Amino acid sequence: MNHSKEVRDFIVSNFLFGDGATLQDDTSLLDSGTVDSTGVLELIMFLEEKYRLRIDPEEVTPDNLDSISKIVRFLMEKRTAVASVA
Amino acid sequence: MQNVTKEGRLSPSLLKLDYANETRRIETAMRETILRQFKKKGAVIGISGGVDSGVVATLAVRALGKERVFGLLMPERDSASETLALSRELVDHLGIQHALEDISPILEAAGCYRRRDEAIRRVIPEFATGDKNKLVLSALQENRSYRLFKVVVQHRDGRLAEAPLDLKSYLGIVAATNFKQRTRKMMEYYYADSLNYAVAGTPNRLEYDQGFFVKLGDGAADIKPIAHLYKTQVYQLAEFLELPDGIRNRRPTTDTYSLPQSQEEFYFSLPYDKMDLVLYGKNSGFSSSEIGESIGLSARQVERVFQDIESKRSAARYLHSPPVLVEGAPFSQG
Repeated sequence: MNHSKEVRDFIVSNFLFGDGATLQDDTSLLDSGTVDSTGVLELIMFLEEKYRLRIDPEEVTPDNLDSISKIVRFLMEKRTAVASVA
Repeated sequence: MQNVTKEGRLSPSLLKLDYANETRRIETAMRETILRQFKKKGAVIGISGGVDSGVVATLAVRALGKERVFGLLMPERDSASETLALSRELVDHLGIQHALEDISPILEAAGCYRRRDEAIRRVIPEFATGDKNKLVLSALQENRSYRLFKVVVQHRDGRLAEAPLDLKSYLGIVAATNFKQRTRKMMEYYYADSLNYAVAGTPNRLEYDQGFFVKLGDGAADIKPIAHLYKTQVYQLAEFLELPDGIRNRRPTTDTYSLPQSQEEFYFSLPYDKMDLVLYGKNSGFSSSEIGESIGLSARQVERVFQDIESKRSAARYLHSPPVLVEGAPFSQG
């Protein structure tokens, strides 16, 4: 499963309406104007539903969600944490 | 006042108005627009008991005469207890004709309260009809962060609870409560049509610039006489125009949710007096450190407010946009 591609596909189709030419893995979603505060809620809903996880309010930070690479790293950390609890 | 040239040190004195000139200018614009351009016989103004509608109504009386101004009092079940008393005090003070329209039954019939409560229950399942509630926006952080809403409720036994809002609950609550501003506007236009009057809107500059209004709700009007004035300037005019003390001293509130809610909790990142200076400073070319010095914030904090201002301006473009035409038509101005 390629998280990076899935996250990119969601961002390109949902926020950029198919035009993802300039979106790099490390492009800031805030600074590039791709995601606003409502967009963050859309992103959270996508991640929670797609990856069946729960994102706590304190995890909703640019460090975790402001680029494709940050989101992918955050997803990996979440999954590792869930696996270690299980 | 649009984008003035930077001059000296940033201080509240730069926002001091020439009262006589400013009131004359606004009154002339109101007469020209309402009577001559629109050929209407007077103005309808929704009266909230706050300083903005108080100043607009007073200016309308001075511009048009009190017999051509109609005040509309439109409380609903979540309005603050002082709203109606302060509104009555204003219309009595001005001696204008007015009507009281409790809009709760319309909101009830439209499902405003039910839809809002259902959206709240998505995140607080034990929320009961009649429990008090409000939305609160997270404070602006120094590092670039997201500003997210949470809902705060007070159960009937006084217990408080809160929960962050997910996308559906956030949109659901906002969409439902927007019925309030749109119902009020519908009522204002009913009276305006009946009397052959225009509707005067009451946004101040912070609200207008930052998109703190509901599209086709309080954002709709035929003239917005104080949309160029910073909030502190509206207070200056309120004093000059000798509005009743209760209105001049009332803390700005959204008066939309049943728990008391300041405008900073819901929308702005700073109290209005500081917000005025940041916006004025930004428009006038002051640096973040110069602005910070004058209001006791670091340059970095001011830069975060700058970002918040730009992000709100970006969202406000949609709110301000008239319907877009694919091609110019005879009456379009585009």
